[in-house]
Amino acid sequence: MARIIVVTSGKGGVGKTTTSAAIAMGLAKRGHKTAVIDFDVGLRNLDLIMGCERRVVYDLVNVINNEATLNQALIRDKRCDQLYILPASQTRDKDALTTEGVGKILEELAKDFKYIVCDSPAGIERGATLAMYFADDAFVVTNPEVSSVRDSDRMLGILSSKSRRAERGEDPIREYLLLSRYSPDRVKLGEMLSVDDVQEILSLHLLGVIPESKSVLNASNSGTPVILDEQSDAGQAYQDIVARYLGEDKPHRFIEEEKKGLFSKLLGRK
Amino acid sequence: MSTSSPSLQKAALEFKSTSLTVPVLLLASIDEKHIELQLQEKIAQAPEFFKHSPLLIDLQKLNGQGLDMDLQSLVKQVRDLGFLPIGIRGGNDRQNRAALDMNLPVHSLHGGNSAATHKPAAKTLAVSSEVEASKQPEQTLENKLITQPVRSGQRVYAKGDLIVTATVSAGAEIMAEGNIHVYGTLRGRALAGVPGNINSRIFCSDLQAELISIAGIYQLSDDLSPETAHKPVQISLDNQTLIIKDI
Ligand SMILES: Nc1ncnc2c1ncn2[C@@H]1O[C@H](COP(=O)(O)OP(=O)(O)O)[C@@H](O)[C@H]1O
Ligand SMILES: [Mg+2]
Repeated sequence: MARIIVVTSGKGGVGKTTTSAAIAMGLAKRGHKTAVIDFDVGLRNLDLIMGCERRVVYDLVNVINNEATLNQALIRDKRCDQLYILPASQTRDKDALTTEGVGKILEELAKDFKYIVCDSPAGIERGATLAMYFADDAFVVTNPEVSSVRDSDRMLGILSSKSRRAERGEDPIREYLLLSRYSPDRVKLGEMLSVDDVQEILSLHLLGVIPESKSVLNASNSGTPVILDEQSDAGQAYQDIVARYLGEDKPHRFIEEEKKGLFSKLLGRK
Repeated sequence: MSTSSPSLQKAALEFKSTSLTVPVLLLASIDEKHIELQLQEKIAQAPEFFKHSPLLIDLQKLNGQGLDMDLQSLVKQVRDLGFLPIGIRGGNDRQNRAALDMNLPVHSLHGGNSAATHKPAAKTLAVSSEVEASKQPEQTLENKLITQPVRSGQRVYAKGDLIVTATVSAGAEIMAEGNIHVYGTLRGRALAGVPGNINSRIFCSDLQAELISIAGIYQLSDDLSPETAHKPVQISLDNQTLIIKDI
């Protein structure tokens, strides 16, 4: 049985596409056949982050409109043969997405793939609600700030009432918190909410903390999912997240400030 | 709706059954002056609540003590005070007839249904039922239990008591016609006793609410005193004022 993961948040720019690319690559690297779908019709970002923008011929909307087959539209990743990308259309409007159309695509993918990752656009419109409608698991990407937390909370409300699982009275979507762009220094200065603050408000299972990191920008500029940058903190954070999602027990990292050297150690500061 | 070709198939109306919460005037005296005075006192406490309020007149206790109330003058009295009587219960034969003469339904002592619809006025003869009287405040309403967090943008409504065993987020709204219990942090809006039930209460284990309200009397978060925030409290209504106490 395939599992459908929606990467969602409500707010834009929090790291959904970065996360979708990273975890799709992470799951595929571990040998699970994975497809990642860009639901951000009109913006189309995922293929850039995945570094396959020049290989896009057909897209999600073409498949929905029967202008191309699923196999024609899926792009196989050059670095990992277990990973496929279904890009979004840059030119068409969001109304092209239909529940039946998306449902058919997911059903077809589910025959062949182990994981299907849906990169949700921002907002609570068509693309976002469709990306989550069929989900089994939700990765709620949140930044440690009040407005982002509030948007995620709202998204969780929609997830619990407007999904296929909710409508059918099945087990609810499994919801996970991914706290992204986290900066312990700024938390300490009181400029950001802490992990505890966010968990207190959202009461959600924490899958991992992704630190604010330059490596993310470098990775997206070179079209490489950051999880492949094994030296980077963000890359390691995403590896941990994939491991935890698959049931491994990994202690949380990147929550505390880095040690500042001998002086602060001697003074007993954390 | 189109009125041009009224189809014979289409139902123009429908009968449904409902139960509502209505104040009951339980009389213990037939002294008109006494009654007048005490009613006025009650009204002074919550004028908005009692204005045009429906009222069920309960004569059971009086008849139990053999006191014979003149229904006609009582009905005039409460109407003059702004109440809208919607029937009597526990009356004797004469009172029941008097009620029907004034187009007031005669209700059974058990439940809110009109006695006339099923067991015509038989029950009213059971005068000595003290036990029945203590059972009267009916709690057969539909209570609701929520075990998941109530998220921003979500609304929950309970026709009876509402029990939430998780947090209520900022931007969420929970409402109950009865009491509200939140075994978690209450950050959103909580409205208890929605139809004007002044005896409802709100209980929560951590008060950080945006708004609390009982029977329409509300307080915003800004008005909450810091002493009661962030701890377990119960909120009740006393004389038009919300009282917040530690539990
Ligand atoms: N952990 C991180 N550290 C630093 N920058 C990040 C991080 N995650 C995302 N970003 C940056 O934030 C911006 C938005 O990220 P993106 O994944 O496109 O968000 P979304 O899909 O939610 O709109 C991008 O410029 C990205 O490089
Ligand atoms: Mg995006």
